[in-house]
Amino acid sequence: MKKLLATAALALLPVLGFANTGGPALQQSNIDLRDQASLQRGAKYYMSYCSGCHSLQYMRYNRMAADIGISDTDLRKYFLVGDAKPGDLIKRSMTDADAQKWFGVASPDLTLVARWRTPDWIYTYLKSFYLDPTRAYGVNNVLFPNVAMPNVLGDLGGDQEAVMSHHAGSTPVAEGVKPIKPGSLPPAQYDAMIRDITAFLAYVGEPIQQERKRLGAYVLVFLGFFFVIAYLMKKEYWKDVH
Amino acid sequence: MSAEETTTTGFMGWIDQRFPATKVWNEHLAQYYAPKNFNFWYYFGSLAILVLVMQILTGLFLAMSYKPSAAEAFASVEYIMRDVEWGWLIRYLHSTGASAFFIVVYLHMFRALLYGSYRKPRELLWIVGVVIYLAMMASAFFGYLLPWGQMSYWGAQVIVNLFAAIPGYGPDISTWVRGDYVISDVTLNRFYAFHFVVPFILAALVFIHIVALHAVGSNNPDGIEIKKGPKGNRWSDKAPSDGIPFHPYYSVKDTVGVAGFLIVFSIILFYGPAFFGVFLEAANFQPANPMVTPLHIAPVWYFTPFYAILRAVPPMYDSQFPGVAAMFASILIMFLLPWLDRSPVKSIRYKGTLSKIALGIFAVSFVALGYLGMMPVSALATVMSQIFTVLYFAFFLLMPIYSSLDKVKPVPERVTA
Repeated sequence: MKKLLATAALALLPVLGFANTGGPALQQSNIDLRDQASLQRGAKYYMSYCSGCHSLQYMRYNRMAADIGISDTDLRKYFLVGDAKPGDLIKRSMTDADAQKWFGVASPDLTLVARWRTPDWIYTYLKSFYLDPTRAYGVNNVLFPNVAMPNVLGDLGGDQEAVMSHHAGSTPVAEGVKPIKPGSLPPAQYDAMIRDITAFLAYVGEPIQQERKRLGAYVLVFLGFFFVIAYLMKKEYWKDVH
Repeated sequence: MSAEETTTTGFMGWIDQRFPATKVWNEHLAQYYAPKNFNFWYYFGSLAILVLVMQILTGLFLAMSYKPSAAEAFASVEYIMRDVEWGWLIRYLHSTGASAFFIVVYLHMFRALLYGSYRKPRELLWIVGVVIYLAMMASAFFGYLLPWGQMSYWGAQVIVNLFAAIPGYGPDISTWVRGDYVISDVTLNRFYAFHFVVPFILAALVFIHIVALHAVGSNNPDGIEIKKGPKGNRWSDKAPSDGIPFHPYYSVKDTVGVAGFLIVFSIILFYGPAFFGVFLEAANFQPANPMVTPLHIAPVWYFTPFYAILRAVPPMYDSQFPGVAAMFASILIMFLLPWLDRSPVKSIRYKGTLSKIALGIFAVSFVALGYLGMMPVSALATVMSQIFTVLYFAFFLLMPIYSSLDKVKPVPERVTA
């Protein structure tokens, strides 16, 4: 049986050769969802730079506040705009029709972006804008070619230019970026800011994730005891089966 | 023991004179004699029942908050994940449970292949089992549309379009299934209706499966009939000597299996419910968009072996029908299994090298096809899918030959430990 299994496992090895990851390499975001200060800063940056165009339409303000440690007073003072109430979903004011007119495409809701992309993708994406005069807003993105989004954080991060690929016979494509003009933030601080936004979006993608990991530990401890007791019970009952 | 001849007294006596409660309990649990040599592979039957019950219960609670409409379905799932009390747990139990159901049932089916549990007198038991498997696939297929994500939408689009490949009425049939020219609100509504009802059909089929099992008795790793062996054990002088009462022996043993299963299940549930994008696919976190086709569409992992077979068969005469036919044949061929196996012995323990190699190749082919079915199309992947498709069918179609040629070992009189 064991030999059979081992042979089967070996026979499957060549099939694994197909595992491929296309596209440019992603940078590690190194986010820490237990770091509430980082999440709070991320929320603040998101509200300042992103929320004008990108809603978080499945997320409620007060749930966010409770989970990442923002007080009710601060929530009302810094986060709620217009007539928004704490229990409201985080919608945006721009209409789809306006977005279509201004950007050529409706800017997507970002509640689940960290789940269908990955946090590393978001982090790399925000660092991969480069100057491209052929585009309406003067920038393009390595990770998302011809993206409609302008480089909202460009003033902070500075300007970058594309590093083009040089493969014989194929059209060069942007495969990386290099800085050409510093922004108002030092690079390390800019990276930290992007990391905070990424962490915040990773939290928003699944608000329960820290809690489920915490609960899982208790469930597993219980099941561990249950397993041992069930096993001892089985052994006791089966003593007389020969 | 008729209702008039009950031996129980008091409350149970009152019940037993009106309903065969004690009789059913005895026949199916306390005096159902199962072989005493069940091994690891025998946990998966009771685990499949556990998962089915869990799916029905969690599904019921999800149905209380889910909205089966194209406009609201996606948002209602996120509402369950965020705003419904413990909604995230109920939803993850259901989504992880769907994959767990298939894992458990695939292992349960593999056990039948290992020990010849489909052989006479268990042909009907096996056939009911394959019908259960078909009902599971139908239920899973209907259910996968409900979150209304991109992969839900386009996966359903691809699968329903398979019917369009049927010559003649194909396109009409696929329109009839969808109720529209594309997957739409109408399709979602009917899939929801089916997804709600099929599990109850499934439960009824499981009941029939168990009735059939208890009529013929359980097989065991030695593949010998304990009913044909010597009679008499500690509980009854008419019962098989190698049998032990299901309750309490296997009820306590299966409890250990349940605990072990729940540990593995909980690790996935609490620490990786998306299971590396295999149980919950990343693309399904985007709402369905009929205008944007994802670059790579693949069904959920438990359908991918059959999907790989579909893609492996090239179109003939400008028709995809041969691929579709091969895919359905790969499932329906399982019905014939009891009559394809000509070996004089049931269990792999006493079968010869040919049968062992064949089963090994089959297991490898099934897993490899499952993997290839998840991958984007490439020339090499297609060739490999074709090779494994041939091997998959060869396992069944050549079985009458290799199983009768095979040199078998002598089968013991009594079960071994």
